[in-house]
Amino acid sequence: MSHPIKKIEGITKESTEELIAKTLEVYPEKAKKKRAPHLGANDQASGCAAVKSNKKTVPGVMSARGCAYAGAKGVVWGPIRDMVHVSHGPVGCGWYSWGTRRNLMTGKLGVDQFAMQFTSDFQEKDIVYGGDKKLKQLLIEAKELFPLAKGISVLSECPVGLIGDDINQTSRQAAKDLDLPIIPCNCEGFRGVSQSLGHHISNDTIRDYIIGTREFSEPETPYDISLIGDYNIGGDVWSAKALLEEIGLNVKSVWTGDGELEKIAATHTVKLNLIHCYRSMNYMCKVMEEKFGIPWLEFNFFGPTKIRESLRAIGERFDQNIQDKVEQAIAKYDPIMQAIVDEYRPRLEGKKVMLLVGGLRPRHTIGAYEDLGMECVGSGYEFAHNDDYERTSPEMPDATVVYDDPSEYEFEKFAHALKPDLIGSGIKEKYVFQKMGIPFRQMHSWDYSGPYHGYQGFSVFARDIDMAVNSPTWKLVESPF
Amino acid sequence: MWPQKENTMRQIAIYGKGGIGKSTTTQNTVAGLAYLGKKVMIVGCDPKADSTRLILHAKAQNTVMDLVRELGTVEDLELEDVMKVGYGDTKCVESGGPEPGVGCAGRGVITAINFLEENGAYTDDLDFVFYDVLGDVVCGGFAMPIREGKAEEIYIVCSGEMMAMYAANNIAKGILKYATSGKVRLAGLICNARKTDKEFELVSALAAKLGTQMIHFVPRDNQVQRAEMRRMTVIEYSPEHPQAQEYRNLAEKILNNKMLVIPTPLEMEELEDLLMEFGIMEAEDESVVGVAEAAA
Repeated sequence: MSHPIKKIEGITKESTEELIAKTLEVYPEKAKKKRAPHLGANDQASGCAAVKSNKKTVPGVMSARGCAYAGAKGVVWGPIRDMVHVSHGPVGCGWYSWGTRRNLMTGKLGVDQFAMQFTSDFQEKDIVYGGDKKLKQLLIEAKELFPLAKGISVLSECPVGLIGDDINQTSRQAAKDLDLPIIPCNCEGFRGVSQSLGHHISNDTIRDYIIGTREFSEPETPYDISLIGDYNIGGDVWSAKALLEEIGLNVKSVWTGDGELEKIAATHTVKLNLIHCYRSMNYMCKVMEEKFGIPWLEFNFFGPTKIRESLRAIGERFDQNIQDKVEQAIAKYDPIMQAIVDEYRPRLEGKKVMLLVGGLRPRHTIGAYEDLGMECVGSGYEFAHNDDYERTSPEMPDATVVYDDPSEYEFEKFAHALKPDLIGSGIKEKYVFQKMGIPFRQMHSWDYSGPYHGYQGFSVFARDIDMAVNSPTWKLVESPF
Repeated sequence: MWPQKENTMRQIAIYGKGGIGKSTTTQNTVAGLAYLGKKVMIVGCDPKADSTRLILHAKAQNTVMDLVRELGTVEDLELEDVMKVGYGDTKCVESGGPEPGVGCAGRGVITAINFLEENGAYTDDLDFVFYDVLGDVVCGGFAMPIREGKAEEIYIVCSGEMMAMYAANNIAKGILKYATSGKVRLAGLICNARKTDKEFELVSALAAKLGTQMIHFVPRDNQVQRAEMRRMTVIEYSPEHPQAQEYRNLAEKILNNKMLVIPTPLEMEELEDLLMEFGIMEAEDESVVGVAEAAA
């Protein structure tokens, strides 16, 4: 690996290992044994996965994880804007996953610019007698009420799997009767150890029901690409897509932020798949590679350094024409980015950040913090696999702590010891750390801000981070901790 | 301690292999108890909902789950909509549930029993509550009647047929599981005779091995079928018939039964030994196992 080894003053392999050992001390023997392999000191040089991952959460700890349904509905399906998404089961799952990830959508205000979501609101009688008939009726009504919908996804909640309802058969029949794609996704929450399996199940569902079923109306060009694993949180897709178009590429479809069903279905004809969130969408990239011979490329649009590297890597997959445009874009944006860095870096230089997020951010955003002069002193994922940690190791400074599916206790303990100036994590963590007097950004939904992707996103990101870290509020708060 | 009102109500669950005659035996026995002046409630815990027809003279009763489906939620249901009163002032409720192959019948039993509890169906004047449960205890829902605070006495209906005895032994295993954590006890085997060889001796021996008793041997008599065709119990249809006396005897025995035990279920081998002992099964001959008749 060619990356330079990054060191942080005061953090050594020994100090991190001691911190981990101390943190584990309070656990009972069995829990300690289970948790120990999930925590480690980064070995940046080897670039190998430092920690064990994708295992069942230890019972009794507070985990930040979600479930398979959350991965399917909240991540993959929810952002597709021209479908009705049916949460099939009791009402809570559908309600609490309704628009909470801030997947923005284009369209006419009040007509088609919002997520169309249904729930079948299971009652006792639906459990006892089965929910298939209700689902059938619901699908008819959904089509009637939302005639603009291009399709319907049926996402099963836990009880559907427990009582053995056959949503596949009901959906197949209704699709015929209503002449509309109706896509059943067996993503019951109890399946798997985290939301990660929900992503995988959804990818498989797209493979089985969607991909290859439509064609683009415009003729093919050598510059046709699709943007995979960008969920348009706070408008990320719009920023990333504009940049890709500026370097001469045709973004034919987006998976799935601000996504359209028929374009997703025609993606099998593009020339390259660009994947941002590897964890949630790598499965379909691999399928399209095997089945349709479409190559795929990971990229990172957080912060000017990574954007520059990524643009050049993308350019290399195309001809001189694109490469020239890449250089033009870089030349155009570099001074603008430098101005942002010049403004914020003096206030953020040397500040430390800790991260605990989902699919790609614990590694992808590190570069953006470093552009602002900050250092990442700890990072981890809720639901990552080994291949994610392999990709994380080179990005993180040497010997810093890596934590997989940490409990709230572990996370707090690390924060106490490492004294970060900022923590980037989820809503469940936010108020805990703010009460400890530590500035915080909610990095799942960009804390009601965004976009953070692309050049446009970096200006927002830099402003937000400065606002959090240097807010005068913290001087007024006296933490009892 | 708060003074506790003495609760004299006895809750009894009837289990047994599918088709063995649980519902018929239960209703005839309940009629016998009613004949003796006892107040009884029958709770049918089977989606087929055929646990009360002989008491009510009805084809089928409105079940709890039927009405839940009709009204939308269980909260809208009234007790009088689902509770009917039949022969000898016996109260009858059916849990109901889905047709085979859909939904969750077990949850139906749980919903129904919770509803009965919350709406005061278990009144102080009742002497007995009988739960007539689906033959195969396939999931937690069908164990609901023997969970904490419900039936503590269990009778297993069986016959001298091999599979009925296997089933009885399996049910005893289930009772053992609940008995160690609660007050559930095996109260006896009721032999609903099929006129198999040495039936009386065999079922008595099985009962002894399980640590319990064969509380009664109900002989086979077509009078039961004749009464059933009229949707009646034998006791109501022909009180003077000897078969009616059999059920009255069974009722009397249950009324006076004090033998409540934690069962000692048999291992498969022991059970087969027992069958061999009575000549039902031949000594194992490895050379014939798995060989078809034509090939032998």
